Amino acid sequence: MSKENGVIYRISGPVVTAVGISPRMYEVVRVGDEGLMGEVIELHGDQSVIQVYEETSGVRPGEPVVRTGQTLSVQLGPGLLTKIYDGIQRPLPELEKTMGVFITRGVDADGLDLEKIWAFSATAKKGDSVSSGDVLGTVQETKTIEHRVMVPPGISGKIKEIKSGDYNVTQTVCTLEDGTEVQMMQKWPVRTPRPFTKKHAPEVPLQTGQRILDFLFPLAKGGTAGIPGPFGSGKTVTQQQLAKWSDADIVVYIGCGERGNEMTEVLDEFPHLMDPKTGEALMNRTTMIANTSNMPVAAREASVYTGITIAEYFRDMGYDVALMADSTSRWAEAMREISSRLEEMPGEEGYPAYLSSRLAEFYERAGRVETLAGGDGSVSVIGAVSPPGGDISEPVSQGTLRIVKVFWGLDAGLARQRHFPAINWLNSYSLYPPSLDQWYRDNIKSDFPEIRTEISALLQVEAELQEIVQLVGSDALPVDQQLTLEVARMIREFFLQQNAFHDVDTYSDLKLQYTMAKAILSFQEESKKAIAGGAALEDVVNVPARTDLMRGRFESGYEEKIDEMLEAMNKQIADTMEAN
Amino acid sequence: MTGKEYRTITDVKGPLVFLNKTEPVAFGEIVELRLTDGTLKNGQVLDTSDDQVIVQVFEGTASIDKQTGIKFLGDVFKLPVSTDMIGRILDGAGRPRDGGPAIVADEMADIIGAAINPYSRQSPSSFIQTGISAIDACTSLVRGQKLPIFSASGLPHNDIALQIARQAKLVDSDDDFVVVFCAMGITAEEYNFFVHDLERTGALENACLFVNLADDPAVERLITPRLALTAAEYLAFEHDYHVLVIYTDMTNYCESLRQIGAAREEVPGRRGYPGYMYTDLAMLYERAGLVKGKKGSITQFPILTMPGDDITHPIPDLSGYITEGQIVISRELHQKGIYPPINVLPSLSRLMNAGIGDGKTREDHKSVSDQLYAAYAQGRELRGLVAIVGEDALNERDLQLLKFADIFENQFLRQSRDEDRSIGEGTLDYAWELLTNIDTKYLVRLDQKWIDKYHPTEKKE
Ligand SMILES: Nc1ncnc2c1ncn2[C@@H]1O[C@H](COP(=O)(O)OP(=O)(O)OP(=O)(O)O)[C@@H](O)[C@H]1O
Ligand SMILES: [Mg+2]
Repeated sequence: MSKENGVIYRISGPVVTAVGISPRMYEVVRVGDEGLMGEVIELHGDQSVIQVYEETSGVRPGEPVVRTGQTLSVQLGPGLLTKIYDGIQRPLPELEKTMGVFITRGVDADGLDLEKIWAFSATAKKGDSVSSGDVLGTVQETKTIEHRVMVPPGISGKIKEIKSGDYNVTQTVCTLEDGTEVQMMQKWPVRTPRPFTKKHAPEVPLQTGQRILDFLFPLAKGGTAGIPGPFGSGKTVTQQQLAKWSDADIVVYIGCGERGNEMTEVLDEFPHLMDPKTGEALMNRTTMIANTSNMPVAAREASVYTGITIAEYFRDMGYDVALMADSTSRWAEAMREISSRLEEMPGEEGYPAYLSSRLAEFYERAGRVETLAGGDGSVSVIGAVSPPGGDISEPVSQGTLRIVKVFWGLDAGLARQRHFPAINWLNSYSLYPPSLDQWYRDNIKSDFPEIRTEISALLQVEAELQEIVQLVGSDALPVDQQLTLEVARMIREFFLQQNAFHDVDTYSDLKLQYTMAKAILSFQEESKKAIAGGAALEDVVNVPARTDLMRGRFESGYEEKIDEMLEAMNKQIADTMEAN
Repeated sequence: MTGKEYRTITDVKGPLVFLNKTEPVAFGEIVELRLTDGTLKNGQVLDTSDDQVIVQVFEGTASIDKQTGIKFLGDVFKLPVSTDMIGRILDGAGRPRDGGPAIVADEMADIIGAAINPYSRQSPSSFIQTGISAIDACTSLVRGQKLPIFSASGLPHNDIALQIARQAKLVDSDDDFVVVFCAMGITAEEYNFFVHDLERTGALENACLFVNLADDPAVERLITPRLALTAAEYLAFEHDYHVLVIYTDMTNYCESLRQIGAAREEVPGRRGYPGYMYTDLAMLYERAGLVKGKKGSITQFPILTMPGDDITHPIPDLSGYITEGQIVISRELHQKGIYPPINVLPSLSRLMNAGIGDGKTREDHKSVSDQLYAAYAQGRELRGLVAIVGEDALNERDLQLLKFADIFENQFLRQSRDEDRSIGEGTLDYAWELLTNIDTKYLVRLDQKWIDKYHPTEKKE
């Protein structure tokens, strides 16, 4: 692999054509006098087409292009957590040190801190036969996460020497008998999925604390979900809620072509938010990739691969990882922009013909797997989609919906009514309940699935009744149907609506969700009885204890109080009979 | 800087000039074109290779022929910046338009503007009181935000922008704003309206204007906002100013973008606009914000007119995907004679939560705002129903909500062009007063503790 030199022939935005070198596809090259980082994305004739990860203005034809022999890779090892990277794994704080607050160019930065010393404690010992993925030892990476140092893929043998102690990530911690030296840091090409033994069917829910998600449209650990929605409908808030509250061990959050301030918000907030599971700061389990809308598009294209490779790496340690990509549409647009500069034959709406296969390949990297070491790990992927005009008939939404198993459809109308999360309960779906129901029966309540069905059914009935109400007004309906409308309203306002910015309401665990759902059904039942006993609907729905029950969800300790509040409500409803 | 002059134009297409046989020309390099009659034009390199260079000509390609001389100036586009820009009126390419002297550069700043490192940003969180109730209560603006006005032709977006520019103040400090105003393809009449108003209120002395009017070169519009933002960044981050950037009309900017795309025979995205329009707009809008360790800030108010009043049109759509909310002007409210005709339902400020509440505006702000929205939204929906079934079919709650929608529009929204309402008494207390038209049991968005404290008739002293 000679380090031959070529020269630039043409520059068109982020796409540069070089002559005089014959690199491999996806090889990283250095472009121009400033050595800008780029990746070879097409070879034709004697020309190599390169997408450049940094701004190209001022670069001229004739400047040098140098091969590196490497494909685009990330550095994996202790030190990934709590970090914020750009799309090609350059730590943003490092860039700030060398460039100041504006991102200029021509600066390299390692993904991992190569100097930092970690306390490695060996768990394998001399004489052990180890192979790819086996854990050699651990490092307490953050307060809550133990980093498992693994044998890199493709390596196996008998351990000749291994020692606990203080090392940086490039020092050898283990030597095999054939002389292979293993360091804590490994590199992996981002466009290649990391290997595992086999995929399992998901059967455990990813608990998010978001009622409409957990209760009606659950995502499984290792599953895939798409959140399409017009601007301002709540994609980012939902993704951030998942990053905060989902019960994954590790969170990888990719801000792909979105706002700078949103990343700052995460950076500001996460160190102060407690993980409900560990009681420690959420930042301890989080890695962020931020390639905002105004950062180079080629690096945006790479950012999702950088993120998912990091996610897979933690999965390989046996962790449950949740990855959020906000927004996959911006990633697709980056592909479109590059593709159009390459003058490729466009497919639908100018997107490259390979759009849907790229989307599929990306979501395929999710899953619950048996790791090479025989453990159980998962990557759940949640992708936001930003359809133009909110119309999901466009290629990115359609390409996503063909693959993902959960569809959380955000609705501009609901957002406008400030019904949040603005997830449309009529067209959203999850294909996971059949595989998760046993888990709910065993871990929450034996009739959990049935209660869910009842709640969904009520919402369906409401939708049908609403059509009639639109024509004749609600007073024209028989009283039992009017009651159904009230019950459905309670489901919407009390259960489905959840304020992400309210300290208490922001998170409900599954047990509480179940209790709240039961409370609604109990309201229905008691009201029916009271009305049959002569009570007026108006009086039944207006009992003060119901308002208390509903408002109570904003108060801490609600799970302890709700049963009592429910009892009070039921009693007041029964009393409405006597009043008549 | 004294490069060779080439006369090697092969093609001229729309605003683009194609030439060959040059020495290596940099991507983005600035170009000077000398026409046979001596006229000078300026351009920028869009594509460069050993064989061909494509130049975008800001002033349009009229009168360019194959004899036109082309000189590459060796550098990318830079703007001379200095604090002397304050109080000046410049043209769409940054040259004086007010008859004053050229700006003596304190610095030459690259107009493309590098991205702010997300790690170096500081979250915007200082409430800006605009004195307009609809905005302050429901779509609160914070310093460092980018909040566009989505309007349409014939609506009073300019009045609103000016009212904001006049009245905007921070409640917790008396720092003033400097206005950077950027006109892209607006009419002379609109422009005069802005200038007169700024003059009348003395704001012109505290403003810097970049002006490209309807009869100025269309392609120049692509650089005008970049100049304005470059000036804004210089003032904010080198000289600690709080800068309010108003640019109008983004729709004209996008038309110019489409024109370039068409001339390059690019594969168009939706409705003929380039596929990279999202990224291009982001390169402007993302130049708002606050930066750690710097005192200044950039708050952006882009104004755009939605073609056909259609919010799903690519221009408002892509803008909405980048900005931190939007203020939507409604033709229906305007026709009802309500000023400012802001439809709060599709309007949104995403940074609102960070800027309001205890210690910033008032503890009940969020609750009140949620309740206003909910009640108004339901009231408006009921209007549709009443049109079909009549008021008789409504129950008590619905009747109250229906009535509230009118009250909200006629009393809360409506205010005069120079009425500057304070957030506490002028806006929030007023909202409480109007909410007494609805029974408290229907006010489900209000926390009980705020009802106990602020409800005019039900509060517990
Ligand atoms: N669960 C929620 N609770 C309370 N408010 C919410 C919730 N979800 C969304 N919102 C409100 O909606 C606004 C817009 O949400 P968000 O920024 O997530 O939209 P988005 O779909 O990501 O838009 P874009 O595509 O432009 O990025 C938020 O600023 C917030 O005011
Ligand atoms: Mg978003």
